[in-house]
Amino acid sequence: MTLARISFSYLWQRRLSTALNVALLAFGVAAVTLLLLSSAQLEERVYRDARGIDLVVGAKGSQTQIVLSSIYELDVPTGSVLWSEAQEIAKHKSVRKAIPLALGDNYAGFRVVGTSHDYLTHYDARLVDGKLWQEPLEAVFGADVAARLRPRIGSTFVASHGFATSGGEAHNELPYRVVGTLARTGSVIDQLVLTDVASYWTVHAQQKPAEGELVAEPLPDDGRTISALLLQYASAGAGGELPRFVNAYENLQAASPSYETARLFGIIAVGMDLLQGFALVLMVSAALSIFIALYNGLHERRYDIAVMRTLGATREDIMALLLFEGIILACVGAVSGLLLGHILTSMLGFALRQAQQISVTGWIWYSSELWIVGIALLVGVATALLPAWRAHEVDIAGTLARG
Amino acid sequence: MFVIRDLRHAYNGEDALQIREWQAAQGEHWLILGPSGSGKTTLLHILAGILRPSYGDVLVAGQPLLRLKPRALDRFRARHVGIVLQKMHLVASLTVEENVVLAQYFSRLPREPYRAQEVLAELGLADKADMYPHQLSFGQAQRVAVARAIVNRPTLLLADEPTSNLDDANAMQTLDLLEAQAKACRATLLIATHDQRIKSRFRKQYMLGS
Repeated sequence: MTLARISFSYLWQRRLSTALNVALLAFGVAAVTLLLLSSAQLEERVYRDARGIDLVVGAKGSQTQIVLSSIYELDVPTGSVLWSEAQEIAKHKSVRKAIPLALGDNYAGFRVVGTSHDYLTHYDARLVDGKLWQEPLEAVFGADVAARLRPRIGSTFVASHGFATSGGEAHNELPYRVVGTLARTGSVIDQLVLTDVASYWTVHAQQKPAEGELVAEPLPDDGRTISALLLQYASAGAGGELPRFVNAYENLQAASPSYETARLFGIIAVGMDLLQGFALVLMVSAALSIFIALYNGLHERRYDIAVMRTLGATREDIMALLLFEGIILACVGAVSGLLLGHILTSMLGFALRQAQQISVTGWIWYSSELWIVGIALLVGVATALLPAWRAHEVDIAGTLARG
Repeated sequence: MFVIRDLRHAYNGEDALQIREWQAAQGEHWLILGPSGSGKTTLLHILAGILRPSYGDVLVAGQPLLRLKPRALDRFRARHVGIVLQKMHLVASLTVEENVVLAQYFSRLPREPYRAQEVLAELGLADKADMYPHQLSFGQAQRVAVARAIVNRPTLLLADEPTSNLDDANAMQTLDLLEAQAKACRATLLIATHDQRIKSRFRKQYMLGS
């Protein structure tokens, strides 16, 4: 016989109410956990994708759209950038690294990106199979694409125009050949089909029907375009004049990833706060419910308490009994809520993967989750405190004389 | 065994109990008689140390109860006093055996592993050990309450109206049980009652006046 055994016997006696209270607390904890896990991973991912990129050059238009379409592959490009102008900017003395991106086609819903090998090195992408592209119309698959489509090295595929699976015109006459697949990087590259920027010029030159004859030849030099250029500054202070330098071009627009992502997070934060508030309401109602259960239980149990005191239990024993019940409820609620939160997060991750969006996993643990458990325990103790004190003060003889 | 001197207890300024002097020796069996409202339950509660009298001296087992600090009083109560309450007040969420072990647990006496089973067997409740109070008859529940009161071998056994809800035969059986158990622990037995049927059984009687 221990105080825990007595506490358990009371919880078991009211098992429906116990289960409901645990469930209510668990839902609150699960909601907080889900938010914490997904927002932390989203944030990590957003910063990882933008790391090392100081400026993006696109066609004149929305800066947010330029950053979203180039770094995150989430939006459509603002227009085209002339290859000759892009090269002038790449040669600027303040630029250390310049990575071209040509967008506009997809294969099975995955974006086909024309770029240089620098793009792969920037995200530390390693080959697991095959080799990198050496000439136009050779392609390398990102890890998620490869996992989904399971291509054979050397097989061919046809890209279609546009970003969606359906509706785009297929570039039937000029199929790509798969030459390699990449290891998982946890960055945007996992979701892409990568090829040389010249592939775009080849494919799209051939698509221009105005000349009559279809020729599988690159565009003449001055007609070549890309969608965006990712820049890294030579040193932290070097880039001061670059945005102005870029914006001086009639058709070009510079966008700062760090500024744009901060702005985006500002917008997302409102939604997150709302969800967090909702989760908080759940936790508070769980706390109230536990409080009500313990407090009502106290009234039903006043004779038991008086009897235990008669048998020699101290006021502190009785108080500990009530606190114990609150703590047991909170512990079970917190632990099951944490598990539920992780399960929900991995389900969310599964749904996002189906939608070929940012990958989220439920099987990751953050130290901040300890805070959630701590707060849940605090809730348990806090709600049990008043009932425990009332139990402490029960008048033994008075209660027994009335009963 | 206990000595009561100049005891007075008042509820809301009205005297509920007044005893000039009364003492009993170890092992004696007493009946406390009096009409309802004469303070029988109050007297039992004072002797059990769960109620502090407004005024007076109470010595139980040589210990002046009023001088004990709350926690010492809790310990004293657990080790020296067994009480069978008028309504038995078994703990509904615990089994019969756990109700008895509860008294051992809160007494903080050295654990006697088989004592609870032994007592239950003695009272004919061995097969009821794993049942819950709501599964018992009135008579069985009363025996569990007796078992709980004597499991720590008290020196003072108190019973509050133990026969009030029983027919003649069962009333006599309950008294037999209480007397036998008190004798087994060599405890002083005090039975508070207004039941006229049992007056003739006890030579020692204390009358509380109205």
